[in-house]
Amino acid sequence: MTSYIIKRLLALVPVIIGVALVVFLIIHLIPGDPAQTMLGERATVEAIEQLRESMGLNEPLYIQFISFFKGLLSGDLGRSVMSNNPVLNEISVRFPATLELSFCAMIFAVGVGIPAGIFAATHQNSFFDNASMLIALIGVSMPIFWLGLMLIWLFAVILGWLPPSSRLSVGVELDYITNILLVDSIIQLNWNAFKNVFSHLILPSVALGTIPLAIIARMTRSSMLEVLKQDYIRTAYSKGLQDRMVVYKHALKNAFIPIITVVGLQFGVLLGGAVLTETIFSWPGLGKYLVDAIYSRDFPVVQGGILFFAIAFVIVNLLVDISYAAIDPRIEYK
Amino acid sequence: MNYVKKLSLLLVVALVVALFSFSVYAQEYGGTFVFGRGGDSVGLDPIQVTDGESFKVTQQVYDTIVMFKPGTTEVIPGLAKDWKVSEDGKTWTFHLREGVEFHDGNPVNAEAIKWNFERWGYEDHPYHIGGEFTYYAYMFQDFPGVIKEVNAVDEYTVEFVLENPQGPFLNNLAMVSFGIASPAAVKKWGEDYFKHPVGSGPFKFVEWKQGDRVVLEANEDYWDGRPYLDKVIFRSIPDNGARYMELRSGSIDMMDYINPEDVQSVKENEDLDLILRPSFNVGYFAMHQDFEPFDNVLVRKAFAHAINKEALIGAFYAGLAEPAKNPLPPSIWGYNDEIEDYPYDLEKAKELLAEAGYPDGFEFDFYYMPVPRPYFPQPKMIAQAVQYYLSEIGVTANLLSYDWGTYLDKYYDDQFQTYILGWTGDNGDPDNFLYVLLDQTQNNCGYESEELHEILIEAQKSVDKEERIALYKEAQEIIHEDVPWVPIAHSTPPLVKKTMVKNYIPNPTSTEKLHRVWLND
Repeated sequence: MTSYIIKRLLALVPVIIGVALVVFLIIHLIPGDPAQTMLGERATVEAIEQLRESMGLNEPLYIQFISFFKGLLSGDLGRSVMSNNPVLNEISVRFPATLELSFCAMIFAVGVGIPAGIFAATHQNSFFDNASMLIALIGVSMPIFWLGLMLIWLFAVILGWLPPSSRLSVGVELDYITNILLVDSIIQLNWNAFKNVFSHLILPSVALGTIPLAIIARMTRSSMLEVLKQDYIRTAYSKGLQDRMVVYKHALKNAFIPIITVVGLQFGVLLGGAVLTETIFSWPGLGKYLVDAIYSRDFPVVQGGILFFAIAFVIVNLLVDISYAAIDPRIEYK
Repeated sequence: MNYVKKLSLLLVVALVVALFSFSVYAQEYGGTFVFGRGGDSVGLDPIQVTDGESFKVTQQVYDTIVMFKPGTTEVIPGLAKDWKVSEDGKTWTFHLREGVEFHDGNPVNAEAIKWNFERWGYEDHPYHIGGEFTYYAYMFQDFPGVIKEVNAVDEYTVEFVLENPQGPFLNNLAMVSFGIASPAAVKKWGEDYFKHPVGSGPFKFVEWKQGDRVVLEANEDYWDGRPYLDKVIFRSIPDNGARYMELRSGSIDMMDYINPEDVQSVKENEDLDLILRPSFNVGYFAMHQDFEPFDNVLVRKAFAHAINKEALIGAFYAGLAEPAKNPLPPSIWGYNDEIEDYPYDLEKAKELLAEAGYPDGFEFDFYYMPVPRPYFPQPKMIAQAVQYYLSEIGVTANLLSYDWGTYLDKYYDDQFQTYILGWTGDNGDPDNFLYVLLDQTQNNCGYESEELHEILIEAQKSVDKEERIALYKEAQEIIHEDVPWVPIAHSTPPLVKKTMVKNYIPNPTSTEKLHRVWLND
């Protein structure tokens, strides 16, 4: 197992080099550059030239790539050309926000999606089955920005139960240590802040978790249906085992591999930044920041940010693979 | 009889004074003011940034040598209490307020100002780091550009010696970009100074949670009096709809940029006020005179008569703009209000076209910008409407576009026959519109006018404001007659505030100091 994990981690190296090269080329080859964005209507030919020169954009592309890659090897992703802030600093502030939101959204999606899928499978073709699959279909096709705005309108403006957006209310004191605010408030034993942070997480988690929930519920249902039709389930029933026992112990465990694959993939996707959810809920995560950086052609930020996502995605996949072995003893890694 | 008259006059005066002083006494100290805006600041060192969200904050933290009178682009004293300029317009002497301190306790004196300008202007200065100093090079034409030297004559007297007289110099100094920073703080933080701003403004920097909020607190010792507010918080709420819901749910006190479809609901809500920022921009339709038939002034005049500006504003700006008749927005001094716009008149337009020798119209290329800008919120739809208006007088416009970077490249390279574009002001000086956009050495519409050029150069060199106003009014008349463009609109960006927020005076330059804002809780 350990040698397998080491092997997988070593495989990260070519992935990083490949991603770095592709991202670098794509962002440099599309039209526009940061000098242009900074100057806008003032972007006269001379002004652009001067700014490009001082930003080092007039160097040949391979020289720029080498200096980017050198920095990368020493763990330096460079500084944003817009703000002059180190990219790594920006990521370390924003990624925890993305992680926290993605995690809560996944808890919501898994917590509701798997039980709903199991119930639908064990009650196949019942009213609940049809209704929940219809809702899942709607969930998959729901535009997040619309759902988000409706949630805010209903729960924050009309009912006033939950805060409309951001991570922490103005006036609630909390020191940011890990930048994962639930963790920070626990470390500081600040329950007032914890409640506040939690209430801020509910609406965006629901909005962000809706699509994964629908996908997970449908996957759970179909995977369970397949397993429930197999011989050993019939055997289990004929042994006189209780319904619960058969479904949760015998069936679910075997149905779990495809479910966990989907959960892992969805979580990876969420970590890639939920641009729409972050925009609607003013969530200071990495997704919105990165998209803004693409628009303003902030090369170091785009390169560093996407590279970071690639690594996070690979690691999540690795964790999923490891969990296969934990769930199914037949799977073994060498 | 006379006595009674005098007495009643006295009573009226007393009543007015009483009413006035009542409103003065009603001002309350205290409270936290939360402003919701569309994005985070890029950085908090004003010389390094070009975006409005950064300037909103730095305006509070820093002072400039001179500043803009609230709601206008007129220059009033700032850190300098008065100033004089030499006969030849090359030496400016500023007398600073005494006893003003940066938030770190260091004195704001002539040396500090000299240090700031040298940091910005000298590329070999040890603290000329951390960015591109874009606006310095732009406003003072290169490093160190127009400013030959800055001298600290004594503790509170600073002298600028210029290469040549620069009419807009005073307006430049009032720009938020040229906020004076504490030299000690810049030295302490180096490249990371942009996260630890220290100025002498009405509010002190407290913290910046990136992507989320910037928190400021009142500067108790502000030279213009302690701010009424205890705290100001700028929150980033990117989505217009979500920001409006935050305002309605009460978690912010004020916001900018509202969706046009929400304007009506603001007007109907008695707890909210819609206020319009005076326009500081112009959106125009330009006709390049290197291309036939746009070298013919009659054709250009015909176009001016053919475009219905009022209808465009109603349809594409939600009414939040005013029709433009000059290149200069009316908020800028020197605006010539005596000019009468070419009225929307299709018959007149057709007559002019016939007179120019095109009774059956003609065909041409018309470029529109791919991105919305404040002066053209919906460029494609506006271009389509203009295309339609022009078809009414028998001319055919082929609509074309490029990505924004290429668009600007081709614009600066004089490749467009006709196009829409615009400008947002920098320093509130007429030169920043008229010279930059229309002088024959600058413009990108093939417009040549020696007469206009002479006037604009003369106005640039003059430091007598009255004289400059007269020159710019004349310049606008020439431009009106020559019609290099059809000016379309000056947009007036909307702000929405709770009615309890008092004395918020939006400045055309897009940012304003908040120390006179108070909350009526």
